Amino acid sequence: MTLRFDKLGVVIAAIVAYAAFFASFATFRANRIVPGEARSIFEALPPTIGPLLLAIVVVAAIIALLKTPLVLRLAASVVALVALAILIGVAGTFLTPAGNTFARISPASGFWLLIFAFTLLLADVLTRLNLSPLARVGVLVIAALAIGLLLISGRWDSLSILKEYGNRADSFWAEGSKHVTLALGSLAAAVIVGLPLGILCHRVERLRAGVLNVLNIVQTIPSIALFGLLIAPLGWVAAHVPGAAALGIRGIGTAPAFVALFLYSLLPVVANTVVGLAGVPRAANDAARGMGMTDRQRLFGVEFPLAFPVILTGIRIVLVQNIGLATIAALIGGGGFGVFVFQGVGQTAMDLVLLGAVPTVALAFAAAIILDAVIEMTATKRRVETA
Amino acid sequence: MIEIEGITKRYDATTVVDDVSMVIEPRTVCVIVGTSGSGKTTLLRMINRLVEPTAGVIKLDGNDNRSLPGYELRRSIGYAIQGHGLFPHRTVAQNIATVPVLLGWDKDRIKARVDELMTLYQLDPQAYGPRYPHELSGGQQQRVGVARALAAEPNVLLMDEPFGALDPIIRTKAQEDLLAIQKRFGTTIILVTHDMEEAVHMGDKIAVMDAGKLVQYAKPEEILARPASAFVETLVGASEKPFRLLSLGRVRDAVEKGTAEGEAIPGDASQRDALAELLWSGRPALPVKGDDGKPLGRVTVDGLVKRAARPA
Repeated sequence: MTLRFDKLGVVIAAIVAYAAFFASFATFRANRIVPGEARSIFEALPPTIGPLLLAIVVVAAIIALLKTPLVLRLAASVVALVALAILIGVAGTFLTPAGNTFARISPASGFWLLIFAFTLLLADVLTRLNLSPLARVGVLVIAALAIGLLLISGRWDSLSILKEYGNRADSFWAEGSKHVTLALGSLAAAVIVGLPLGILCHRVERLRAGVLNVLNIVQTIPSIALFGLLIAPLGWVAAHVPGAAALGIRGIGTAPAFVALFLYSLLPVVANTVVGLAGVPRAANDAARGMGMTDRQRLFGVEFPLAFPVILTGIRIVLVQNIGLATIAALIGGGGFGVFVFQGVGQTAMDLVLLGAVPTVALAFAAAIILDAVIEMTATKRRVETA
Repeated sequence: MIEIEGITKRYDATTVVDDVSMVIEPRTVCVIVGTSGSGKTTLLRMINRLVEPTAGVIKLDGNDNRSLPGYELRRSIGYAIQGHGLFPHRTVAQNIATVPVLLGWDKDRIKARVDELMTLYQLDPQAYGPRYPHELSGGQQQRVGVARALAAEPNVLLMDEPFGALDPIIRTKAQEDLLAIQKRFGTTIILVTHDMEEAVHMGDKIAVMDAGKLVQYAKPEEILARPASAFVETLVGASEKPFRLLSLGRVRDAVEKGTAEGEAIPGDASQRDALAELLWSGRPALPVKGDDGKPLGRVTVDGLVKRAARPA
């Protein structure tokens, strides 16, 4: 029997080999801002558990390396990821000297690389399984539940990022909800304005180039510059328009962040609406008119349903982009997870930066998976065999 | 009856349709034929006001077609186009029900009509009704397109190259089906094509368009026998003329007394088919049988050749 290698498996095995044997598994710091000391898998875990984890990742890497059945690869990636997730918590407890509340234990490069390698393996398996959109959302929910369970169980409480969270539990959720409100609210506003604008651009050709060019230019303004540009006009509005200040409109804070995110969101929404409507088959449109649909009936009965998957793609771009961009809002007092990122940068406390960055990335990731599934469902409804 | 009176359509400086007048008798098939850019599609689209004329009047059964809002007018006129234009996001049944739904028919009446049309077009309503257009073959899609155009029982059906996207075998079948349904419902059909063969085969009358002008409007025999201009002559195709002329006649009309050897040809077949069979088999005569299978007589090469000659 000849051994056959999996192409992606070679990469995964190489990453695992480096991460497990050469990179550090965890970082120990006497307090939250001093430089850390590296700890290998053997140093970071109790003597019986270290070799066990090593064995798990090595076996999983070998399964990835060789051409093996999908089920086996799925099992290997899940077991490895679960073991890593649980054992990093164990490492936290093991490395923290008894009674010491200043010491900080955080996952180090080796841990992150192992997580990356096995997530890659898992993603590859899931792609090859060709899961239905609903099943993909299901996998996402299971993963989220598993992480939630680990968080609630307290197994990660000894890790630095959760110590930072422990100190800021209240503001974490407040900033989190502000972050989501900013991202979703600006998206909603962009859809409310962008859809009709897109339809108008589709119908009136002369308008199209102009509007899209302006939105393109807006899109190229760096976010910080856009915040700056908005301070003066919004400040003026707050001072001169009665009631504006009462609504929370000010030169800095949530208002300019909201306006900036809204402006960035417009281009993808408008452009995709225009592209989607332009992609409606000419014959279908002609038939709709020829059979006596009014313009409104044609828009809602034919053009819009056919353009919907493309428009939804624009909304997906906007949502993921806004979840990321909303981080910057903290710079001008707009709140959101960015608050922790910039505080962390200011204090050179990387754990605090992670407290802001990790949930942002997780949110964006989840939003992308969910919307991709929705897009696929709306698009396949009429393209896949109904039988 | 459709009366087209002095219809002109200009886009800026270009005149697409130039002062066309013609009358289309009810319950007949009128084929508008011409090269691309001749204005034939524009003329068709002015009947249901997808295009508004620059000058002139079109009357449907005596009423100016501008007496109704455009969309209401279009609901009363069937419309089928090349590439069928089915709505990809709606099922076959929903597609066919489009105009009845717009007209606010009740559910039972719509369902009955959809089932009737699908059965008529040899599509099982149970099997094909819930399918989406992309799951059908090209020929089936075309049939659904015509069924959809006929759904609200229109008196007039406009067709813009409805068979253009079909392969030759399916096209012939679709043409036969359309003629059968035209006879059954008595629909007035105005059909646009660039294919003279189709025009001669389908049309009670043929309107030849060139550069926006109506150059000849006559019965197919007349067009073949006496083309009004060099353009019509070219369109008819000099080498095809005798065969097209023969294709208009039925074998039963060319029967002579006497008998012949071999398999009989049905009296309903075209004289062109009979001549083709004679030439191919190298025989001088073929027996002819009636619908009941009884012998009617025979057709001869000589007889057919005389009929293929230019009419006096």
